Amino acid sequence: MTAVFDNAYEAIIDADSDARWAFGTGFENPLAGVDTSLPPDVDGADLAAYCLMLGDDALIMSHRLQQWCTRLPELEEEVAVANIGLDLLGQARLLLSRAGAARAGADGIDGGRVAEDAPPDGRAWEDHYAFFRDEHEYRNVRLAELENGDFGELTARLLVFSTWRLALLNRLTESTDPVLSAIAAKGVKEVTYHRDYAAQWTVRLGDGTDESHQRMQAGLDAVWPYVDELFVAHPVEERLAAGGAPDSAAVAVDPSTLRTEFDDVLVHVLKASTLRRPDLAATPGIAGRTGRDGVHTEAMGFLLAEMQSVARAHPEGVW
Amino acid sequence: MPVPTMTRARAVAETVTDPELPMLTLADLGVLRDVEERDGRVVVSITPTYTGCPAMDTMRDDLVHALNRAGYDDVEVRVALHPPWSTDWISDDGRRKLAEHGIAPPGAAPRRPTGPIPLTLATRRPVHAHAESVGRDNAEVTGAIRVSEVGVGVTCPWCGSAETEEVSRFSATACKALRRCRSCQEPFEHVKEI
Repeated sequence: MTAVFDNAYEAIIDADSDARWAFGTGFENPLAGVDTSLPPDVDGADLAAYCLMLGDDALIMSHRLQQWCTRLPELEEEVAVANIGLDLLGQARLLLSRAGAARAGADGIDGGRVAEDAPPDGRAWEDHYAFFRDEHEYRNVRLAELENGDFGELTARLLVFSTWRLALLNRLTESTDPVLSAIAAKGVKEVTYHRDYAAQWTVRLGDGTDESHQRMQAGLDAVWPYVDELFVAHPVEERLAAGGAPDSAAVAVDPSTLRTEFDDVLVHVLKASTLRRPDLAATPGIAGRTGRDGVHTEAMGFLLAEMQSVARAHPEGVW
Repeated sequence: MPVPTMTRARAVAETVTDPELPMLTLADLGVLRDVEERDGRVVVSITPTYTGCPAMDTMRDDLVHALNRAGYDDVEVRVALHPPWSTDWISDDGRRKLAEHGIAPPGAAPRRPTGPIPLTLATRRPVHAHAESVGRDNAEVTGAIRVSEVGVGVTCPWCGSAETEEVSRFSATACKALRRCRSCQEPFEHVKEI
């Protein structure tokens, strides 16, 4: 059976698709066929907010990694960083879709047009969240959004981010939300490689030449003021991490409980790298509010302006 | 117990090949999880290898088209996220076909430990030539951290030498690492264990 198209463009767009997933690429809902009903006793709005937090971390970090493409020192690193960015983008798509499904479920109308923040007809939740929110609506930690520096800074950021995220996802595999648990179980396998990659480069650079050591240390110093924020629980995380009985499973992970594992890994990597743990104060937010509250650094607006430009200029675009 | 008869729809779905590794079927890869046929309606479940795998939509389309061609008009393709895909699901036939095409098949997937995930710090180290090192857990344990050698036992698909080293943890696709043979000097890809 050969399809006949009037022109070449028609052949490459998904002309008979009634919805535009992943902004005009003909991608399908990454959760198609997955049961996304809310677990009992879980607040849908809280679950949606939590999924946005973890999804935005992945989305914004992925964008920063994508900006590295064509600028990395070797072809092997191009491929590695692009693949890490792709993994995180995949995690973001699942988490933003899960947020949308939880939001729809919270209003009692599964998949229909619901709350005022729902996407217009024909636009997927994942696209709506990724491209049509404003800066204060993003819930990612500020570490993910920082302006890119040199390769030492990239390595430091990836080491910190993936060490923290791996500890988080590993614990999230026990989530009482089966969708989050499944997304976490896949993510653990991926982020294990991300952390290894970053840790190995940290050792090579830190325990390398004087120049590479100095730049690796400078990279670590640049990201360190954003480390403490990773372990501060937002009220949504606190509510969802509170299980019934102590130590019983809950929907979310309280990030403050991840600090010991994070520190253990960092101590080990820094020792092997001959680097010192920075002694730098955390960058405060505004009145105690940081990324999880939608309060971001100056870099975030510029990042979004670029990331959202095509989707906003051509909201009905299909290619 | 009698072996369940494979439905015709399953037989059709099992012929569909992977868009990135066309020498393998989706069934060989373990991506095809289930094919249910009920009253002419076919529900196919597939699982992504990696969450960002951009080939999922092509897989979905290829399955629908193959089943349509076989006379099934009502086809639904569902995503199964749980349990997460593992390279252990690649069939023996799939492993043989990978090797024949110059791609080293994966070893046994690491078992997810209880507690923190071990860190792998040492790579790019020449791999031991001795076969007895294969599968040996030569890890150094320091608290939550395990520093282990990886890639032990990956043989070159071209010359069969065990003297191979990792060049990059990632290659043309997320699921493969790039390696180099120290005997015949040829580069090759290795489906990494997850």
